[in-house]
Amino acid sequence: MANSRLLEAVPALVDRALQGDRRSIARLISRVEDGGPEAWSALSLIYPRTGRAQIIGVTGAPGTGKSTLVGEIAKLYRKSSPALTVGIVAVDPTSPFSGGAVLGDRIRMRDLSGDEGVFIRSMATRGSLGGLARSTTDVVKVLDAAGFDVIVIETVGAGQSEIEVARTADTVIVVEAPGFGDEVQAIKAGILEIADILVVNKADRDGAQSTVNALHAMLDLGTAPHGLLHHGVLMPSVIPTPAKSDERWQPPILKTIASQGHGIDEVITAVAHHRAFLAAQPEGQQRARLRASMELETILRETLLDRLLQSVGADRLNALIDQVVARTIDPYSAADQLQRAAVQA
Amino acid sequence: MDKKIRVLIAKPGLDGHDRGAKVIARALRDAGMEVIYTGLRQTPEMIAEAALQEDVDAVGLSILSGAHLTLLPRIVNLLRDKGLNDVLVFAGGIIPDEDIAPLKAAGLTAIFGPGTNTDSVVEFIRGQFQTA
Ligand SMILES: Nc1nc2c(ncn2[C@@H]2O[C@H](COP(=O)(O)OP(=O)(O)O)[C@@H](O)[C@H]2O)c(=O)[nH]1
Ligand SMILES: [Mg+2]
Repeated sequence: MANSRLLEAVPALVDRALQGDRRSIARLISRVEDGGPEAWSALSLIYPRTGRAQIIGVTGAPGTGKSTLVGEIAKLYRKSSPALTVGIVAVDPTSPFSGGAVLGDRIRMRDLSGDEGVFIRSMATRGSLGGLARSTTDVVKVLDAAGFDVIVIETVGAGQSEIEVARTADTVIVVEAPGFGDEVQAIKAGILEIADILVVNKADRDGAQSTVNALHAMLDLGTAPHGLLHHGVLMPSVIPTPAKSDERWQPPILKTIASQGHGIDEVITAVAHHRAFLAAQPEGQQRARLRASMELETILRETLLDRLLQSVGADRLNALIDQVVARTIDPYSAADQLQRAAVQA
Repeated sequence: MDKKIRVLIAKPGLDGHDRGAKVIARALRDAGMEVIYTGLRQTPEMIAEAALQEDVDAVGLSILSGAHLTLLPRIVNLLRDKGLNDVLVFAGGIIPDEDIAPLKAAGLTAIFGPGTNTDSVVEFIRGQFQTA
């Protein structure tokens, strides 16, 4: 925001960020998040250096313990192999009324502070429809290019844009917690389908087992062919091993007590298994392709719309909006007119 | 392009009340800013590192413990050590009048007393960053 910052040249900033300078990484993330032509040039500079990191998405209803879990996952990765660095992107909603946000995920990641091998960045969803997935993956790219080995994205699991964000990860963990009565939040929010791993957190609370059972029932109704999964044991040590070539991935259901660091090993093991599964299966390649096409599509939609509106001009657009309101023209014909006008301009 | 003013609100020191910090965080959010809130009992090192990672424009420190004369200058120094030279630092809480001058000399831009209206904090930050 401050004027002095705007003068910083992108290529130099990119160089320093790629060398791992933390301040430059942070500034580059801001540039990328703010968008615009400068962000694009930065992203095209770093793109060849991306694709190395393992990306884990963590999603679920507010209060289920996602931030606590993410913190514990990062802590355990760091403990089990100190050479492995972890980046965290924690996304919280922007207030639709003010455009501002309170980003509080760091509160639960306190134990990670002081660890040079960890970098945490909080992000607000901001306005743009569908743009959230793009800006989040762009921020992830900066951390990836800067050399972080594992990158964890935390998003609130409600709504289409969060689902899109989760789909940009290699492995998606959906977090559930008991205490919402009979309702399983993940089902309600339509995010069960995207889960590669299901975690029932707050296993210290009553009702955890019935949540596990409800999830099992849902999975059995869905795609999972039969009960390979381990029922009824707290923090099961049996995790489905990577399936053979023509098999589908069976999302394991794991119990954790994130606030006490229990069950995290199993989560990390399941992530490793899922990674091995993707590497051995065509699904891994398919995911990468799907991701690239979604990304390209989002960028095209944004840039084409921008370009169109620029060439047509706000007056013309506003006049057409008035006509649509007055019902002297339908929105399809209006859109058609705008496109013709843009082509001619 | 979608730029936002980003502010870190932190509570250094050992006292266990963050009501004031939360009130300020919400007021800044309602003014359209992105507020990173880090919770209680933050050490100066934690605060400076969070400010760096979050690339904030300003750091607001809420302090009630009476340790402001040691903690606040230390935070400013750590921020400057990390190269965060243009990050604005302000504080609020229970800070006696006679301590305001030394704190400003130590690099704090503004000190808000206990009765401060949140609007004046919002105005202050806006005033620093609005490129009219
Ligand atoms: N009882 C219990 N509380 C937990 C557990 N994990 C997290 N919490 C608490 O649940 C609340 C919400 O946690 P948070 O990580 O912020 O959830 P998020 O909104 O999903 O990111 C906090 O008060 C945590 O301390 C757990 O395993 N058991
Ligand atoms: Mg959270």
